[in-house]
Amino acid sequence: MFSRCRPAASVLALCVLLLAACEREERAYRGEPVGEVKPGAIVQGTLYAGEPSPPPPQRREYEGNAYHISEGKRLFEWFNCSGCHAHGGGDIGPPLMDDTWIYGGELENIAATIVEGRPNGMPSFRSKIPDQQVWQLAAYVRSMQRAVRKDVAPGRDDHMSASPGEQSQPVQEAKPGGGTPPSSQGTGQ
Amino acid sequence: MRGFGDSRRPQGAWPPHPGPLPGGEREGPLTLTLSPGGRGTWVAALPLPLLTACSGPQSMLDPAGTQAGHIGTMWWILFATCAAVYGIVMLWLLWALARRHRWVEPRGVLPVEEGRDRGLTFWLSVWVGGTVVILCGLVTASYAVDKSLTHLANREELAVEVEGMQWWWRIRYPDDDPSRSIATANEIHLPAGAPVRLKLKAQDVIHSLWIPNLHGKMDLIPGRENELFLVAEREGTYRGQCAEFCGLQHAHMALTVVVESPEDFNAWKEAQLAPAPEPASDEQKRGKAVFLSSACSMCHGIRGTTASASVAPDLTHLASRPTIAAGTLPYNRGNLAAWIADPQRIKPGNHMPLVGVPPPDLQALVAYLDSLK
Amino acid sequence: MSPKDSHPSDELRDGPGLNEDETCRRLERTWGTAPGLWGWLTTVDHKLIGRRYIVTGFVFFLLGGILALLMRLQLAQPEGTLVGPDRYNQIFSMHGTTMMFLFAVPIMEAMAVYLVPLMVGTRNIAFPRLNAFSYWVYLAGGIMLYVAFLLNTGPEAGWFSYVPLSGPEYSPGKRTDFWAQMITFTEVAALAVAVEVIVTVLKMRAPGMSLNRVPLFVWSMLVTSFMVVFAMPSIMLASSFLIMDRLIGTHFFNPAEGGDPLLWQHLFWFFGHPEVYIIFLPALGMVSSIVAAMARRPVFGHLPMVLALIATAFLGFGLWVHHMFATGLPRLGVSYFTAASMMIAIPSGIQIFCWIATLWDGQPQWRTPLLFVVGFVVIFVLGGLTGVMLASVPFDQQVHDTYFVVAHFHYVLIGGAVFPLFGAFYFWFPKITGRMLSERLGRWNFGLFFVGFNVAFFPMHLLGMVGMPRRVYTYPAELGWAGMNLTATIGALMIAAGVALFIVNVLVSLRGGRIAGPNPWGAGTLEWATSSPPPSYNFAHIPVVEGLEPLWDSRGRLPVVHGLRVEEREVLLTTVVDAHPDLREPSPRPTIWPLLSALAITVLFIGSIFTPSAVVWGSIPLAVGLIGWFWPKRSRTPTEPVVES
Repeated sequence: MFSRCRPAASVLALCVLLLAACEREERAYRGEPVGEVKPGAIVQGTLYAGEPSPPPPQRREYEGNAYHISEGKRLFEWFNCSGCHAHGGGDIGPPLMDDTWIYGGELENIAATIVEGRPNGMPSFRSKIPDQQVWQLAAYVRSMQRAVRKDVAPGRDDHMSASPGEQSQPVQEAKPGGGTPPSSQGTGQ
Repeated sequence: MRGFGDSRRPQGAWPPHPGPLPGGEREGPLTLTLSPGGRGTWVAALPLPLLTACSGPQSMLDPAGTQAGHIGTMWWILFATCAAVYGIVMLWLLWALARRHRWVEPRGVLPVEEGRDRGLTFWLSVWVGGTVVILCGLVTASYAVDKSLTHLANREELAVEVEGMQWWWRIRYPDDDPSRSIATANEIHLPAGAPVRLKLKAQDVIHSLWIPNLHGKMDLIPGRENELFLVAEREGTYRGQCAEFCGLQHAHMALTVVVESPEDFNAWKEAQLAPAPEPASDEQKRGKAVFLSSACSMCHGIRGTTASASVAPDLTHLASRPTIAAGTLPYNRGNLAAWIADPQRIKPGNHMPLVGVPPPDLQALVAYLDSLK
Repeated sequence: MSPKDSHPSDELRDGPGLNEDETCRRLERTWGTAPGLWGWLTTVDHKLIGRRYIVTGFVFFLLGGILALLMRLQLAQPEGTLVGPDRYNQIFSMHGTTMMFLFAVPIMEAMAVYLVPLMVGTRNIAFPRLNAFSYWVYLAGGIMLYVAFLLNTGPEAGWFSYVPLSGPEYSPGKRTDFWAQMITFTEVAALAVAVEVIVTVLKMRAPGMSLNRVPLFVWSMLVTSFMVVFAMPSIMLASSFLIMDRLIGTHFFNPAEGGDPLLWQHLFWFFGHPEVYIIFLPALGMVSSIVAAMARRPVFGHLPMVLALIATAFLGFGLWVHHMFATGLPRLGVSYFTAASMMIAIPSGIQIFCWIATLWDGQPQWRTPLLFVVGFVVIFVLGGLTGVMLASVPFDQQVHDTYFVVAHFHYVLIGGAVFPLFGAFYFWFPKITGRMLSERLGRWNFGLFFVGFNVAFFPMHLLGMVGMPRRVYTYPAELGWAGMNLTATIGALMIAAGVALFIVNVLVSLRGGRIAGPNPWGAGTLEWATSSPPPSYNFAHIPVVEGLEPLWDSRGRLPVVHGLRVEEREVLLTTVVDAHPDLREPSPRPTIWPLLSALAITVLFIGSIFTPSAVVWGSIPLAVGLIGWFWPKRSRTPTEPVVES
């Protein structure tokens, strides 16, 4: 009711905020039954040839939705991703909460990594994880480096934890690189 | 108090006959044949007189266990006392209103002389005294019943671990010999007459175990362990339900309690100890391969196979259970296929995703799961 | 009595030196609210703010009722498909939250804001700017919650928001944060009104209104306000813990890190149970006012009634654990709460006795307010008795969190608070608007509401005992709950029709209702001594009270005191116990600062849903608002002692 008194610009800004609210809170628990995660190109540099292509629709749908990201967080534990990635800090597998990405740090790159697997230990989960859950996991992984908005990133969980939750992490932009994953750096390899 | 040991089946039979999906014909993306006649069951329930609903598979007014019997007695004491008090108050109110009422505009104010209210003051003291006496009686009765419930707790013959999950029940029967402990989901089997201790835990949010025919409810709270002691007296099949709001599918978080003779109970336990049977037919073999290679095995475990995940119900003896999806659907092949095909339509928001198993694979998968007796 | 005669002679005071018309004209100029939007935004008149508060609270009642109808329609048949689980959970959470936080408590306080200054015979409420601030904060909180709800960000974990379900892990997004922040808004508003009412009652009563002559409604609001002051901090603490857990990762409710989910339940119910009495005690006061006027005699047992109110308030803080009987607390401790919970039936029983005794001894007139009082007794006594049942631990273990409890607390809250409230609407509508509500529509309104209520909620007792838990969005057909649920839905529709009739009645009567005159019911308390609607200054001369029902005792000629300034806003303060004249105190003038401060605090509260730094940056505009509000002005009317002669 107060918005009438304000200039049009702030009304517009308010509308954008409100739309973001709708998108943030949707509980889309029934994903599409068929479909395939299209592997995203591995990003090895910041220079592209030609016009940049628009981001796939999943980015908005999953990265802007708190429910999907929290589901991704639950699945990250359920599927024992922590077994190698140790809550994102990295152990046998590379850390996920830093800004370096060997195989690309965009949502579709991460989804492709989950589906296809990567050398040196990352198994392929093709046909083992339904599409929607792949996107949820990928969106959660993105939230670990706060590549999603603060208001959709998860808070602390109800377990022993040293971190106050993904939403309190510093924002980091994904950048390609990273080199050899820790699993291949061991003395025996 | 009601007599026990009455082995008649409770009136509202639970589980219901294998029937249609709730809500009539709702079909997943795959066309599945469901039993007809789903709609209109609720209309048929309308003319039932209110009182026939008192007994049933989930009713505290139809006790089938010692504890529920004691609580039932307490209820009738409370009911009789309160009904009497209510009657007295209503009669007096009627008298007060009928005595000198007027339909006209006010003219004057009644003078309140000295001493006019003396009689009323006397009756007020009587009233307060009566209230105190009645309340003391009720507190004593309540305390006595509560005490009798805790006394029953001292002899324990069987321990069952119940863990509330969003939105199903993990049931374990621990044994001193770890290889003889069993795990199942959404069903508790109890030998009639044996004192049982239910250990209640939760991992995610607060749930509450409520099997009205056997006992009152007790919460399952993360970080705590609660206990519920009960003795099931009357053989039969009862229904329990989560009674603490626990999220999207709180409404579909039920479990079946089978109270049976000690022999039947032991037979059931032995059957549960066995690993999953090997698939017999080709279709079942193919179904097993589908299970192990698809998303199913990411969450569910089947003992005797490589599927060992434990975040979702153990399926080793799925086909022996009376219901699927935590009491949502009666177990049968049609419902199982419908459930796997589109769990989010039947129980929206639950943690079983829409996997999209192709129809031929689905038939094989159902055939395999149906063999897990 | 006449005030000290040391003021400059050019200052005008009400009294024999000034003729009656001139006094009223000058008082109106001093106390009146400026016309137009500016006057509307800046007013500090307790009657305008109280009216606004009442209307806003009633709008939230309608919204909560619509949500209730949606739930009843969804549950009318098994496996209903009107709404899904996600929407249903938001709807029932919004229904409870709206009814408890946005309707029941605010509307009771609104009635107090309007009526208490009139009943104690003063010109305005204490701290009138705080009063304006309170309303704006309440309005902002309510609008925020409903905007959030319409944007799919409504609370989803119930009005009780148990952790961990409402915690950061199981309630993603900002839904629960909006709920928790709505708590902050409404509690700030409620605490502000509580403080005003306490001070108004204790310090601003008309001369002669010693504590034993205070009307029962004013007593009930005084006791309620003290309960608010002691209960609300608990929920504000709890909701702040929750927001901190969710936003900055504290561990108050995380069992793995030494927190405890039960801490929430203790804090919540330490507020939540007194909350029931905070809603219920004002209703008792309304019933007492109506019963006295309708039975044509003062309420029997004024002293026992007051003691019962105070006893209820004390006991109300000692029985919160009866909401937690199923959490596995130690048995002995739990038994104490059984006894405490049953004990509260004693003061309630005393009050019921006194009202019926008053009717029995008086000459009850069948007017609509009395109908609602009778409905109140019939329903509330039943709800109270099921409450006694619920105090029994074993029985509660069976019916806790079932429809039995739903039936119980609707009997207590609708029967115990909404019926008296509707009676109060009929009773005081002529005072507020100057016109009577229609009796004929009133009877229909009562009949539909009363029958509909019992049809809707009585079957729920049985539903709970045959196994239906609360807060389920649907239920299977096989369990035989369908018939009773359909009955309940039909009853809910009847209630809706009754409330719709009330609205029609109000709209029709506002235009064409019979002109009421100052005292249409021939009642005895001070609010009926002034015109209907009352002038901005309430009373041309402050009345002097010589008994419990001043208008009845004085037989038409109410004594008054003179000597308050007419050119400046001035109120008379009296002593706490005996109401001897004590001081003349300036009363604040209209100002925009409460509204600006409320806007600033709204920005701060909503901002802190998203980032903790909003607390830091948001405090700057708030500080500006408060500085403007409290900027010292050279007072032309210093507080002066009054000397008795």
